[in-house]
Amino acid sequence: MQDAATPKLAAFAQDRQNRMNHLGEMTASQVTYSMESTLETVNEAEALAVRFAEESGFDESDVMQISLSVREAAINAVMHGNERDPSKKVGLGFERTASEMIITIRDEGSGLDVASLPDPLAPENLMKTSGRGIFLIRTMMDEVQFRILNPGSEIKMKKRVPGPAANSEETAQ
Amino acid sequence: MSLKTTTRQVDGVTIVDCSGRITLGEGSVVLRELVRELLSKGEKKILLNLGDVNYIDSSGIGELVSAFLAVKNQGGSLKLLNLTKKVHDLLQITKLYTVFDVHDNEVAAIQTF
Repeated sequence: MQDAATPKLAAFAQDRQNRMNHLGEMTASQVTYSMESTLETVNEAEALAVRFAEESGFDESDVMQISLSVREAAINAVMHGNERDPSKKVGLGFERTASEMIITIRDEGSGLDVASLPDPLAPENLMKTSGRGIFLIRTMMDEVQFRILNPGSEIKMKKRVPGPAANSEETAQ
Repeated sequence: MSLKTTTRQVDGVTIVDCSGRITLGEGSVVLRELVRELLSKGEKKILLNLGDVNYIDSSGIGELVSAFLAVKNQGGSLKLLNLTKKVHDLLQITKLYTVFDVHDNEVAAIQTF
């Protein structure tokens, strides 16, 4: 696993080649970021997800689903997990294999009890103003796993890549 | 990146033309404060034109629900106009599409108030 310095979007914009280098590394291994527990991190995580998903060959619809899922997971990590505590970090990881894109987001909070989350589609919850983030992630990604850390939580999301690699794997199965 | 809004009055209906993103942070706050301001002025027939809203997250969805309820609680109605495919799909997934009164024709939408 390769650690990278906390990214800043401004720096990314100034040096596109650096981004391409990151993406090149991603196809062979993992890239991880340690980020502040701020709202800006949510936007940065989303922007990184868009870039990685586009470079991985996902179509516009998939890119939107991936970016929204990462955004929702980052919101949970920053707002609910770390509760915007400046002493706590958000870990964001991207991994690209031949068949899927894997995104991992960790927080250092008290741990997310997924089983206790109410169903946002239940009639009594339909008009609630929150509680749809995890539901959207589960809807948009192909596989979602949760893990309680000590301390904190981890969510691992997978999206199968389009194209020959994914097709050949399906054929093999 | 954030949400921009322009309001206009047509036949007693306040049409809010929205463009940008309704997401956690500024986008959601802009919408919340605008609806609050309209209600304080007694404008309770609100048509949100979301034709140029290309991104919405769970916070934005929650803000739409909150706005809908706030207007309804004041005896008014808030309706949606010109959903983009992304927003349409999200409202379908969350089963909110049938909760909101959604239109794709402004003239026809105004006549439903």
